[in-house]
Amino acid sequence: MWLIDSSIGRKLIMGITGVMLVVFLLFHSIMNFVAIINPEAYDAISAFLGANWYALIATMGLGLGFIVHIVYAFYLTVRNRIARGNDRYAVTSTPEGVSWASQNMLVLGIIILGFLALHLYQFWSKMQLVEVLHMAGVHTPEEDLLLATKGAHWVKHYFSQPVYAVLYIVWLVALWYHLTHGVWSSLQSLGLNNKTWYPRVKKISNVVATIIVLLFIAVPVFGLLEAGPLFSATSTYHSLPTL
Amino acid sequence: MEKTINITLKVWRQAGPNVKGKFETYKLDKVSTDSSFLEMMDILNEKLLSERKEPVVFDHDCREGICGMCSLYINGHPHGVDANTTTCQLHMRRFKDGDTITIEPWRSAGFPVIKDLMVDRSAFDKIIQAGGYVSVNTGGIPDANAIPIPKEDADEAMDAASCIGCGACVAACKNGSAMLFVAAKVSQLALLPQGRVEGARRAKAMVSKMDELGFGNCSNTGACEVECPKSVSISHIARLNREFLSAKIKD
Ligand code: HEM
Ligand code: SF4
Ligand code: FES
Repeated sequence: MWLIDSSIGRKLIMGITGVMLVVFLLFHSIMNFVAIINPEAYDAISAFLGANWYALIATMGLGLGFIVHIVYAFYLTVRNRIARGNDRYAVTSTPEGVSWASQNMLVLGIIILGFLALHLYQFWSKMQLVEVLHMAGVHTPEEDLLLATKGAHWVKHYFSQPVYAVLYIVWLVALWYHLTHGVWSSLQSLGLNNKTWYPRVKKISNVVATIIVLLFIAVPVFGLLEAGPLFSATSTYHSLPTL
Repeated sequence: MEKTINITLKVWRQAGPNVKGKFETYKLDKVSTDSSFLEMMDILNEKLLSERKEPVVFDHDCREGICGMCSLYINGHPHGVDANTTTCQLHMRRFKDGDTITIEPWRSAGFPVIKDLMVDRSAFDKIIQAGGYVSVNTGGIPDANAIPIPKEDADEAMDAASCIGCGACVAACKNGSAMLFVAAKVSQLALLPQGRVEGARRAKAMVSKMDELGFGNCSNTGACEVECPKSVSISHIARLNREFLSAKIKD
């Protein structure tokens, strides 16, 4: 099967799953930005993307994309190390114009993966998972169920704790590096590049990476600064008006 | 006025393909800065011979930057630090008195060491044999301008055709990937009407040979392009990807 056996086929899979993840991140980051400027609207989005068929299908597609991306990441890296051979150069240098990120995509990916586990535990397991379990008939306390649709509550809960705010910032920096190389590299792998577009594609990559990461990073930064309608001392946001 | 420098060389010595190699250190005095790097290597070998020691084996042929035979990984760079320069075109004026120069062979599973600094690059020949040609029906010589070719296409095909098959791209790549070489060979033909005809078959055959011979996958780091003595652009790799993917999807 050429998507497994041929080098360019393997990179096609890597590129497609990578682009899928980038598109997802773009949506995710825009929604998160809503949380800090309008918490009630964010809760509405959270409720909308709860345990219903369209959100679940999208989640499964996303999960599959992640798994394939990660499996191929390790597969490619193992093949590449074999191709390099066992003999290392005594003197090495990174030639000018070669980005650090491009040579350390796996390390960056593993950092991203580690934080992803924390992130899924902190948010997904408190939100969509609670609803799914409830629907499957597992006994769920009423408060948990109510909070499962209150995304802004969880954002406020974690990001008012400086430890988590700082951890997420570290995560997002790793993501930024991964994306600065990833976005243009995926276009190159898919064959969507040429001499004229080469410098442009690289710029686009940096811009996309920066937009995504800035939108995301605004959340922990606002948390640290106690700023905005969600985090400020005068915040009127209440997740559980009835309890 | 001739200037001379005294240098120390750390040279990789390896008796044969399956023997463990190691670095030997040699001192070379009064090397003219006008000499080329390979002339300096000749001087080293003269000296070793006069001491009844075995000379260092290294590849070379034209010594004017066109044949692609010379190699050598010099101080962390294939073909040395100079951009757009083959080892044979590198000169000793690029080094300072007292410098230590480390000379290694290309290190890649696809290019096993034969002896000392000489590696087996016949894998490249096998890739070319797999499809890097145009099947022609020999007949009369066609008129020069019978097939018009846009200037940009001709220029880009020529840029790709400047690849001399030296293998520095593989040597520079952290993945031991031969994509820049294969991309150059596929591009130079795919861009011209005579080569276009067999484009799909060629891309598939050459890539599958490249994979079979154990070269790595391309991570798009761009190290190959920077180290290539002919500055072949990795935009040709995008064209190779396009050629290969569209050929496969059509199947
Ligand atoms: C938020 C999640 C992620 C996004 C948006 C993302 C995106 C991308 C993109 C667009 C590429 C370029 C693909 C190409 O070169 O064709 C890429 C490459 C790569 N990714 Fe990710 N990625 C993510 C997570 C991960 C994770 C969790 C890992 C591994 C554990 C990983 C490992 C890699 C590796 C190793 C490469 C380079 C492949 C190569 O050498 O060619 N990524 N990523
Ligand atoms: S692409 Fe450049 S580095 Fe690679 S074989 Fe051709 S000339 Fe040498
Ligand atoms: S010896 Fe021919 S290119 Fe260097």
